Amino acid sequence: MDKLLKLLSENAHFSTAELAAMLGKPEEFVKNQICEYEKNGVIKGYQAIINSENIEDSFVEALIELKVTPKKETGFDDIAEMCMAFEEVESVYLMAGVYDLALIVRGQTMQEIAMFVAKKLSTIEGVLSTGTHFIMRRYKDRGICLTDFDADKDERSLIL
Amino acid sequence: MIDYDKYLNGAVKSLAPSGIRKFFDIANEMDNVISLSIGEPDFQTPWHIRDEGIRSLEKGRTWYSPNRGFSDLLKEISNYYERRFSLTYNPQDQTLVTVGGSEAIDLAFRTLVDEGDEVIIPQPAFVCYNPLCVMAGGVPVNINTKNEDNFRLKAADLEAAITPKSKMLVLPFPNNPTGAIMEHRDLEEIAEVVKRHDLIVLSDEIYSELTYGGRNHVSIASIDGMYERTVVINGFSKSYAMTGWRLGYALGPAPIISQMTKLHQYGIMCAPTTAQYAAIEALRNGDRDVNHMRDEYDMRRRLVVDGFNDMGLSCFEPLGAFYVFPCIKSTGLSSEEFCTRLIMDKQVAVVPGNAFGKCGEGFVRVSYSYSLKHLKVALARIKEFAEELRNGSKA
Repeated sequence: MDKLLKLLSENAHFSTAELAAMLGKPEEFVKNQICEYEKNGVIKGYQAIINSENIEDSFVEALIELKVTPKKETGFDDIAEMCMAFEEVESVYLMAGVYDLALIVRGQTMQEIAMFVAKKLSTIEGVLSTGTHFIMRRYKDRGICLTDFDADKDERSLIL
Repeated sequence: MIDYDKYLNGAVKSLAPSGIRKFFDIANEMDNVISLSIGEPDFQTPWHIRDEGIRSLEKGRTWYSPNRGFSDLLKEISNYYERRFSLTYNPQDQTLVTVGGSEAIDLAFRTLVDEGDEVIIPQPAFVCYNPLCVMAGGVPVNINTKNEDNFRLKAADLEAAITPKSKMLVLPFPNNPTGAIMEHRDLEEIAEVVKRHDLIVLSDEIYSELTYGGRNHVSIASIDGMYERTVVINGFSKSYAMTGWRLGYALGPAPIISQMTKLHQYGIMCAPTTAQYAAIEALRNGDRDVNHMRDEYDMRRRLVVDGFNDMGLSCFEPLGAFYVFPCIKSTGLSSEEFCTRLIMDKQVAVVPGNAFGKCGEGFVRVSYSYSLKHLKVALARIKEFAEELRNGSKA
C-alpha cells in the first residue's frame, strides 16, 4: 500500500496540507491523488469508528457463519449479493475454511438479530446452515483501541 | 545529625543538575498535559528481539557474559559496522560491549583524559558530556554550533577553540537536541583540523540509523587518517528501540579499547546477558524494523517541521535523530519563559534549548517520538499559543 493510503487508513482526518507535509509532496499532488483514488474506487468511503459502549441508543453485532452451496454459474457471488442487500448486514466476506461466508450483522437487540438470521438468512436458497456468534465486547477495531487500557498511555519516564 | 556534606565529593557536588528534568516534573503534576519532551523511541522493542531475550531466560542463561561481551555479539557488531559504514573493527580486540552508550562515553573519557586536558565539546549537545568529562579530570571547552550553519560543527570554530592543552574532540552527531547531522564534506574539514593538532575523537553515533532525506550517516572514522584516532560509540537504544535493555558498545584502536575494557571489567564486569542475546537477534534480523521505524519518524519529522514553520516559529530542517529545534526568539520570550508559559497556558511540555548549553537559548527541543495523533494535538495547541503571543492577548 502506498504511504498516502496507509496514512488515510490510519486516520482519514488528516488535512491535505498535513498529508503533503508528511509525504514531502506538494499539497496539490495529494489532493489529485486522493481524487484519483476516490474516482477509481480504491478509496470507497470514510467512516468514524464508534465505541458503542459509550453511546445511549446502543446496538448489538454478531458474526454469522454461512455454509452455502455455490451456484454453477456464479459461484458464491449470487448468495453474497443477496446477503449484502439487507441493511442489517454490515460486512460480507468469503472465507477459506470450514464455512463459506462470514457476515457482520447489526441490530438493536440480540432477539432482533436472531429473528433476522432465522427468517431472512437461513431461508436464502443455497444456504445450508448458519452459526451465530454475538460480539460481546470490541477491544480493538480497525487498528483503533476501544478500551481504556489501550496502548496510548505513555509509560516512558524522563531520565535526563 | 551527620553532616553529609563533608563526606561528599566536591566535584560531584559542583555538577549542575540536568535542566531537562524541571519541566517534566511540572508536567507530571498537571492534568491533561501533552508531553513532547521525551528522548527515547515510542516504539516497543520489535517482538522477535524481545523473544530472543525471553528464550535466553527460559533456557536459564542467567550468568555473566565474558567481560567484553559474547563473542557472537562482538562479531555481529563488527559485521554491522562493516556492512553499514564500511569500517572494519576486529571483534577480538577493537570492540567492547557496554551498559548503554553512556557507559562507553564515560569509559572513553576516563581512559583518554588526564587531569587538566581540554576536551572540546560542541553545543547544543546531550547533557552528559560536560559532567562526565569533568569527573574524568578534564576541562570541557564548549564551542557553539549555529542555526545559520544548520547546527553543524565548523572547522574554523574548532580551530579557534584549540589550545596547547586540547586533547580530545567530542562529535555528537546526529545530534540531540538539534537533529543536525554532519555530512562527508563537513567531516573532512573537521578531520583536517583534528589531524593537524593531533587530537583524538569521541564520535557518539547513537542516532546513526536515524538520518533522513536520503543522507546516510557517515562516521568520522571512515575519513582518511581518522580511523586510528577515533573511538566510536553506538548502541541499540535508538536504532532498535531498546533503551531499557541498556546495551551499547565502543569501537576503536585496540590499545584504547583494551584500557577501556579494564575499567569496564572492574566497574561493571559485563553488560546485561539477556540484553546481549536479544541484541544478537537485532543485528541479524532487525534491518526491516529499523527501516520501518525510520520511515515513521520521517513522516512525523516532516509534519512537525512544517507545523512550526507554519506557525512562524522558524525551524531549520533537521536531518537526524528525532528532535526538532525551532527558534522561539520571535516571541520575545526566553527559552525558559516560553516553556513555562506553554505548559501553564496550553499544557504542552517541551524542553528549553539552554538545557543543552547556553547557546541553546532562544530555541526549544521538541521530540517527535510520539504518535501522529499525539503530535497533531500538540501542534494545534502550540499554534494557538504562538498566535496568542503574537496578538498580545496574553501578554
